[in-house]
Amino acid sequence: MSAVVENHHDDHHHGPAKGLKRWLYTTNHKDIGTLYLWFSFAMFLIGGVMALVIRAELFQPGMQIVEPEFYNQMLTLHGLIMVFGAVMPAFVGLANWLVPMMIGAPDMALPRMNNLSFWILPFAFFVLLSSLFMDGGAPNFGWTFYAPLSTTYAPPSTTFFIFSVHIMGASSIMGSINVIVTIMNMRAPGITLMKMPLFVWAWLITAYLLIAVMPVLAGAVTMMLMDIHFGTSFFNAAGGGDPVLFQHIFWFFGHPEVYIMILPAFGIVSHIVETFSRKQLFGYSSMVWAMLSIAILSFVVWAHHMFTVGMPLAAELFFMWATMLIAVPTGVKVFNWVATMFKGSITFEVPMLFACAFIVLFTLGGFSGLMVAIVPADFQYHDTYFVVAHFHYVLVPGSVFSIMAAVYFWIPKWTGNMYDERLGRLHFWLSFIGVNVTFFPQHFIGLAGMPRRYPDYALQFADWNMVSSVGAFLFGFSQILFLFIVLKTVMGGKKATSEVWEGARGLEWTVESPAPYHTFTVPPKIN
Amino acid sequence: MSGGNYYIPDSSRYPIFAASSLFLLVMGAGGTINGTDNGSTILYIGFVSMLTTLFFWFRTVVKEHLAGLDSAQLKKSYVFGMAWFIFSEVMFFAAFFGALFYVRNFAVPWLAGEGEKGLAIEFVRDMGVDFWNGFQNTWPVLTTPDQGAAYTTPHKSMSFPGWSHLVEWLPLWNTIILLSSSVTVHFAHLGLKSGSRKKFNVWLGFTVGLAIIFLGLQAAEYYEAYAHYGLKLNSGIYGSTFFMLTGFHGFHVFLGCIMLSTMLARSVFFNHFEAHDHFGFEAASWYWHFVDVVWVMLFFFVYII
Repeated sequence: MSAVVENHHDDHHHGPAKGLKRWLYTTNHKDIGTLYLWFSFAMFLIGGVMALVIRAELFQPGMQIVEPEFYNQMLTLHGLIMVFGAVMPAFVGLANWLVPMMIGAPDMALPRMNNLSFWILPFAFFVLLSSLFMDGGAPNFGWTFYAPLSTTYAPPSTTFFIFSVHIMGASSIMGSINVIVTIMNMRAPGITLMKMPLFVWAWLITAYLLIAVMPVLAGAVTMMLMDIHFGTSFFNAAGGGDPVLFQHIFWFFGHPEVYIMILPAFGIVSHIVETFSRKQLFGYSSMVWAMLSIAILSFVVWAHHMFTVGMPLAAELFFMWATMLIAVPTGVKVFNWVATMFKGSITFEVPMLFACAFIVLFTLGGFSGLMVAIVPADFQYHDTYFVVAHFHYVLVPGSVFSIMAAVYFWIPKWTGNMYDERLGRLHFWLSFIGVNVTFFPQHFIGLAGMPRRYPDYALQFADWNMVSSVGAFLFGFSQILFLFIVLKTVMGGKKATSEVWEGARGLEWTVESPAPYHTFTVPPKIN
Repeated sequence: MSGGNYYIPDSSRYPIFAASSLFLLVMGAGGTINGTDNGSTILYIGFVSMLTTLFFWFRTVVKEHLAGLDSAQLKKSYVFGMAWFIFSEVMFFAAFFGALFYVRNFAVPWLAGEGEKGLAIEFVRDMGVDFWNGFQNTWPVLTTPDQGAAYTTPHKSMSFPGWSHLVEWLPLWNTIILLSSSVTVHFAHLGLKSGSRKKFNVWLGFTVGLAIIFLGLQAAEYYEAYAHYGLKLNSGIYGSTFFMLTGFHGFHVFLGCIMLSTMLARSVFFNHFEAHDHFGFEAASWYWHFVDVVWVMLFFFVYII
């Protein structure tokens, strides 16, 4: 019988395999988590270089460095790569590493499918990036790929873009199914739903959102494919369809998608704030209910991305109020983080620095979100740099900072070594200053009327654009320091204890550092 | 396997093979559609390698099960996994149903100058601009707003043809067939649970037969549409929604049919499945009930109203 079952003979073989095979064939959640995180970092650098191309061109008015066509391709790929290649895989990588350890599970529930979810991604992004070298260039219609720019007027490489989105979606759906099944079925006895760590809760909700909306995105790109190549008219008014239909379908996916990129961050920040405040988290159950409310509301706010496109007044009002309602559960979360810190004995190690910056700057991005949620005001803000500033504030010092915080927080558990605190602080301050110098001025030029997505601009916007570009290069190059710090920690450093952080709560801090290749093969006892 | 009760394979070659097959599949499909050299060859290789990988992957899972490596907890993982997979399929169809509802309730009336946003089109027309004048808000849309300049104009739709033609209306028969097949697959399940392999095989055989008849009738329906009604994929929004919804449904019926046939073959040739242990079959039957529900929605929203 042993011949028919793969590796059955390896029953007593506990360590990882050697060489490349380990990474190609692995079913270990820690290996796969590591793969996701490194892939995400590579994409972060590629997408970052594209951002720097954009900022270099915008350093001065006039066309200096790239052609407008190429600028559009950079803009499009930057968005797609950062969303689907950097932020989402980073969170999936963290889920892989942390969820099984936090709930006392031996691994993810479906380990082989877990491997497949990861390995689809490098192929998907190879397909997407190869479109740069195709006739007519890469997709050039922005990461939201509105029809008819992405259908009637799209470059031929759009076909490949569509298929790469399809397989990215398949990867996300399989990854999310794995996360949900792991959380629902693999918790150690005693870990009831309302005793789960918040990162686990955040991911449970995120995975549900992903399974609900990634298929809708697949439907949207399929309709594009059919419109382009097979004569349908979903997005063509001449045939009775409507380009606005595309926007509705896209944002029905897109709005839950932006919460997919922030809910895991909420979980991470909750863990870090309670650890470094040396207090139990304030308002655990309200945190859970807030995330659930945010997730449910995310399905009924999509059209606030399209206030200027033409909608009945009643729809505009509904989407405005529904959107503003989200500020309530989000406010609950911010309040709880601050209340957790209140009278805590706080220290500011690097994860806490990033988490504090997250709370302040994400809230700032949330406030500008409230501004763009107001219909009459949005008529002015729409498609300006104000919107660019808004979503970069929630995504960069929001999602990306939370990922960096998570790396600093858990890397001692992953590698067994402490990171270099001094270099980490330097990285934090460079990033913090870089981010604000880059994106804060974009509020001003946006309110002054500079439209987004153009490679050139009127002279009155020159000063703030120059400031923004300087900040972008500062932020971009400080990430090389981040890479250096991570590599240095992997290579060696002060040995970490099991607990790593004084008073750290959670099962992952009960196993030794670095975490053994297999943890919790027998479920731990929970009181 | 790592010591605990929960079976975790130490490593597997199947996922990376599946991922690379998927890569070939999408490069090949893109190449074929864009007309690049070797596109269809790559597509073909990707397709074959994907099928081969899936075959061996599923075979391994079945063999692990027979070897007793899985536990009740692992089975529960498969149950949850299948349920959430079906949910993702529901959301895929939701996108296309959403498109149908949107064009019927908003886009088509507005294009015909009705409603709040139709005012804008009326305004343009009042200025003397020929903006698809004469387009009427009817469903099914047979004549497109551009009066068929870029699209073929069918002379008949697939909708309910009136009570006098009820008997020769294929979708009605297809509804009866698919609903019956959901019942027969349930009988097969009951047979299996009562320990009768014969009942299981016979009823499951019936189900597969009904599935094939359904697919045959759908093919006849498409032939009818193309050859006799002039209704094509490029017949404007009606043809788009009709063929995409029924087409994706038909494709899912085809997949479900393959799943059920596989389960039938496993039972007939290998005596797989026990009265208390048959999740492979249950998963396939859930999928089958799911395509059935989608069809009921289709019958109602695409064919009747």
